[in-house]
Amino acid sequence: MLKYLAAVAAVGFLAIPAKAEDVTVAVTAIVEHPALDAARDGVRDGLADAGYKVGENLTFLYESAQGNPATAAQIARKYVGDGPTVIVPISTPSAQAVVAATKDIPVVFTAVTDPVGAELVKDAAMPGGNVTGVSDLSPLADHLALIKEITPDAKTIGVIFNPGEANSVTLIEKLKEFAGPAGYEVVEASATKTADVQQAARSLVGKVDVIYVPTDNTVVSALEAAVKVAEENGIPLYAGDTDSVPRGAIAAVGFNYYDIGLQTATIVAKVLKGESPGSIPVMQAEGTNLVVNPGAAKKMGVTIPEAVIKRANTVVQ
Amino acid sequence: MSEIAFLGAVEIGLVYAFVAIGVFLAFRVLDFPDLTVDGSFPLGAAVAAVMITSGIDPWTGCLAAILAGAVAGLVTAFLNQRFGILHLLASILTMIALFSINLRIMGRPNVALINQQTVLTPFYGLGIPDYYVRPLVIFVLVIIVAFLVARFLASDFGLAMRATGVNAKMARAQGVRTGVHIYVGMALANGLVGLAGALFAQTNGFADVTTGIGTIVVGLAAVIVGETLFRPRTIVLALIGCVVGSVIYRVAIQFALGADAIGLKASDLNLVTAVLVAVALILPRLRGRKATT
Repeated sequence: MLKYLAAVAAVGFLAIPAKAEDVTVAVTAIVEHPALDAARDGVRDGLADAGYKVGENLTFLYESAQGNPATAAQIARKYVGDGPTVIVPISTPSAQAVVAATKDIPVVFTAVTDPVGAELVKDAAMPGGNVTGVSDLSPLADHLALIKEITPDAKTIGVIFNPGEANSVTLIEKLKEFAGPAGYEVVEASATKTADVQQAARSLVGKVDVIYVPTDNTVVSALEAAVKVAEENGIPLYAGDTDSVPRGAIAAVGFNYYDIGLQTATIVAKVLKGESPGSIPVMQAEGTNLVVNPGAAKKMGVTIPEAVIKRANTVVQ
Repeated sequence: MSEIAFLGAVEIGLVYAFVAIGVFLAFRVLDFPDLTVDGSFPLGAAVAAVMITSGIDPWTGCLAAILAGAVAGLVTAFLNQRFGILHLLASILTMIALFSINLRIMGRPNVALINQQTVLTPFYGLGIPDYYVRPLVIFVLVIIVAFLVARFLASDFGLAMRATGVNAKMARAQGVRTGVHIYVGMALANGLVGLAGALFAQTNGFADVTTGIGTIVVGLAAVIVGETLFRPRTIVLALIGCVVGSVIYRVAIQFALGADAIGLKASDLNLVTAVLVAVALILPRLRGRKATT
């Protein structure tokens, strides 16, 4: 009913010079954790920069599926029923549920590592249909270069990840592709839930020279557990996202999820202005921020070279 | 709540009605507390998804999902019956093993079905909106399955199975081979859960190993909500209770999702769902008390 009233009111006030039309952006994530929440906040702030402000001309909805894909499916139906201007699903299962639920409402996904493999789009360069978004495939070559620069003697990299997370499995496959030519051997340790992270980290002790934590929802949620093991055993621990460095990783280069949110907002703004999502290519997450944590490095028995600290965008004290 | 959101809740509730019926068979009919379902749900999804993506007919995929679920149930029953492992522990063992097996079956944690032919594809494009087609088709399937299960439980074999659950010693004294009934019952229960997984994957466009988390909780909640509302004295009523309970549970979540309008946050979802289901359980009881005083 309100919608009709609003429509009638809008027609009545047509004479008034155009103010940006009121829009609704509906965001949903599979689970709440610091990185995904940062992506959400980035979307909101990025939209504000583009002239869509909460409380003025933007209604910003948010739902978390609390880790349950069936709930993600229900949130997708709720949003499709609400009929927002754009739906922004964060993470692979949330995005699949939304894309399966609507062929009409524009969808701008974010924090999806392999959007083509997840069948969200047929072609990243030319998505077609109602879907586009931002892929968060890590710049793995940069990560390996950073590991080489700070710990040049390392030969084996231990990776802790959840084999149940689509994003992570894609990352590990790509990491192995890069690691061989770069002269590294990859040792996997799996943690299917946050409670298993510490045990997984322990299993790497004595087998690896450094530990790398990719952008894995499970492991990042329990990062402190891995950091503790790394500190106790003097193994340098690197992260795939810069948000994890203040939490105890030595260093990371690349994007943070807040920036991914901002980047996603640029696409959302384009769609709000009337562009068809199908004609906007899927973007790769950008960001070459270098964040280092010399204190954490010291605890893990490593000194970060002066050159790296100088180059860093942020030095965690 | 919009029409699409409501029908979405009904649809997912109907998918989970198969889980509720499976849980009813294990917990109530057989008196076998079975947590295998957390593994057999994604198992069904995985088997159906892999078969569909390799070009096999989706109905065949559903059938294979039922068989795979049934095998999972048999493994739990085997561990329990043959080796005397406590039923709860036997089902937990199968459940955690299935996580790895599901990953093996799919080869990765998530298989997308968004652009694939599913059992629903032929029903789209008949001029009815998709969000009506999905619940309608699944409703028909639920009715067929519930009818078959009711017929089965009314047969001689089914009656013996119910006797096994009520009093195994007495049933054995009457010449019922209780072991056989536990095997068949567990296979049937988990076969239904596997079917639910297959349908969930096809209606939502993906099979993901994490979809199993909490399946048993949802199934049990549906069974108990149904029992509280219907106080069933017959199998048919109990089965209807499972279906209605499952749908009510999903509608409660849908209401909880709309609760941010009254100042609740997204993270309050599980709490609000729990409160709504609790209210659904308490209300009829209060009414009953008034009637008796």
